[in-house]
Amino acid sequence: MGMTMTQKILAAHTGKTKVEAGEFIEANLDMVLANDITAPPGIDEFYNMGASNVFDKEKIALVPDHFAPNKDIQSAQQCKILREFAINQEITNYFEIGEMGIEHVILPEKGMVVAGDLVIGADSHTCTYGALGAFSTGVGSTDMAAGMATGQAWFKIPSAIKIILEGSPGKWVSGKDIILHIIGLIGVDGARYMSMEFFGDGISNLSMDDRFTICNMAIEAGAKNGIFPVDDKTVEYMSEHSIRKWKEYRPDEDAVYDREIHIDLNSLKPTVSFPHSPDNTYTIDKAEKVKIDQVVIGSCTNGRINDMRIAANILANRKVSKGVRTIIIPGSQKVYLQSLEEGLIKIFIEAGAIVSTPTCGPCLGGYMGILAEGEKAVSTTNRNFIGRMGHKTSEVYLASPAVAAASAVKGELASPEELEVK
Amino acid sequence: MKAQGKVIKLGDNIDTDLIIAARYLSTSDPYELAKHFMEDYDDTIVSRISQGDIIVAGKNFGCGSSREHAPIAIKGSGISCVIAENYARIFYRNSFNIGLPIIESKEASERIENGDEIKVNFSSGEIENISKKEVYKGQAYPEFIQNIIKDGGLVGYVKEGGKKVDEV
Repeated sequence: MGMTMTQKILAAHTGKTKVEAGEFIEANLDMVLANDITAPPGIDEFYNMGASNVFDKEKIALVPDHFAPNKDIQSAQQCKILREFAINQEITNYFEIGEMGIEHVILPEKGMVVAGDLVIGADSHTCTYGALGAFSTGVGSTDMAAGMATGQAWFKIPSAIKIILEGSPGKWVSGKDIILHIIGLIGVDGARYMSMEFFGDGISNLSMDDRFTICNMAIEAGAKNGIFPVDDKTVEYMSEHSIRKWKEYRPDEDAVYDREIHIDLNSLKPTVSFPHSPDNTYTIDKAEKVKIDQVVIGSCTNGRINDMRIAANILANRKVSKGVRTIIIPGSQKVYLQSLEEGLIKIFIEAGAIVSTPTCGPCLGGYMGILAEGEKAVSTTNRNFIGRMGHKTSEVYLASPAVAAASAVKGELASPEELEVK
Repeated sequence: MKAQGKVIKLGDNIDTDLIIAARYLSTSDPYELAKHFMEDYDDTIVSRISQGDIIVAGKNFGCGSSREHAPIAIKGSGISCVIAENYARIFYRNSFNIGLPIIESKEASERIENGDEIKVNFSSGEIENISKKEVYKGQAYPEFIQNIIKDGGLVGYVKEGGKKVDEV
């Protein structure tokens, strides 16, 4: 019985040649990540465990991004705990304001993760790096603390779903629409405890940014990880961003998959998740024209340069609808600067949007765009649970940057096709 | 190891944002977090919980964010145990790590109703519904998991020197 891509990476990090689904292993970690919300309890636990030094100061990443820049005194205290720990432990990959960005945007961008790596992070969207052909998964603060202390973590070897992407997506269909379509198809527990492994000739038609978005939301189907095979685009991305050595893992020909799903990318349409679950999906042509109060474009899901370009393409020479608060958040300093150099920031501001420094802020109802009672937002973020972006009666509609930008212009949930784009 | 209490019944896909909203994540104090447990779902739940009460839920309990604050808030509120048909994987791991006993049982999840008095035996995995006079089967905990919970979680367990981290 052969192994999946995920199983091969896990086996390689335990020194085994063979692992099987359901088996428990203890694996060596290439990177351990935490942010300003999850690190403080983890740091307490690190010392409570009796640890005094991290296992490798170059293999820890600490990123204040959730409630940073500090939103209030309490979050300032949390960030301070993170900062002091990073200084005391001489953590190489600690990113203060000015260098920082949203954790899952900056780790690949700064070349800290490459194909074949095994990464855990105290943040559920750590699964993003599967786009590079790495195994990465979210854990809690205690597992992160044990990882920082020992450089190891235990795993149950997951089984997998094979998702075959065929063809080429239409003009307004991006990675976000593909993953929302998949979540709508299999449900929020459709891949619970499993890997989502992507294959098919359609992959070559997807940018790295599309792939990051797809793997980022694997957790929204309950998956342990999402992963793409390495191809020319992956190699190009890694050589541009990293000096680290990478390793490609392909599944065995007789690898066992619990389920196989074929997705015809040509037939997909822009897709929206209605409240209050990511699997409550509708294609935009079948979606009710909901009047909206706010649009958010950004987050670890859609805060990369391609996302900014798509939004700018729609917002150029247009105005956001009066009364629609449009908040655009480049995911890192690099994305911000690139957006500035390409003239995208000017387009956003002239359209009547605001541009924020990188932060997770509104995605999780932290700050920078909290919704009041009964308000509705179209957002390129990843969750639309009750109360996620603010008041418990507020509503979040998850969509691509194209749909979000078109909705900002129309003042209601709208398809980019409804606007004539030059 | 046993738990006994009155049941608070919840549905499928209870997410960690619902268990503890992100706006309260500037602390990891169990008692502070417990004040806001399930607030956006039903803000009267906290006042109705008695020490030892048991949550019984449906599928995919604890889906969403990796916040360990979710099981910490449940534990801090006085809930002695969670029973669900199944769990989201990060929540499942976090619960043991912070010493919150959780157990999987489809039968118990389907049969038990709000307000039932139930008793859970973690060594045998048996769940007794005292109100309905029924018994359901859940999975039994191996000894080391019982020890982790007794020691208040993974940190306490490691400190107690029972086993190394890697044996967990």
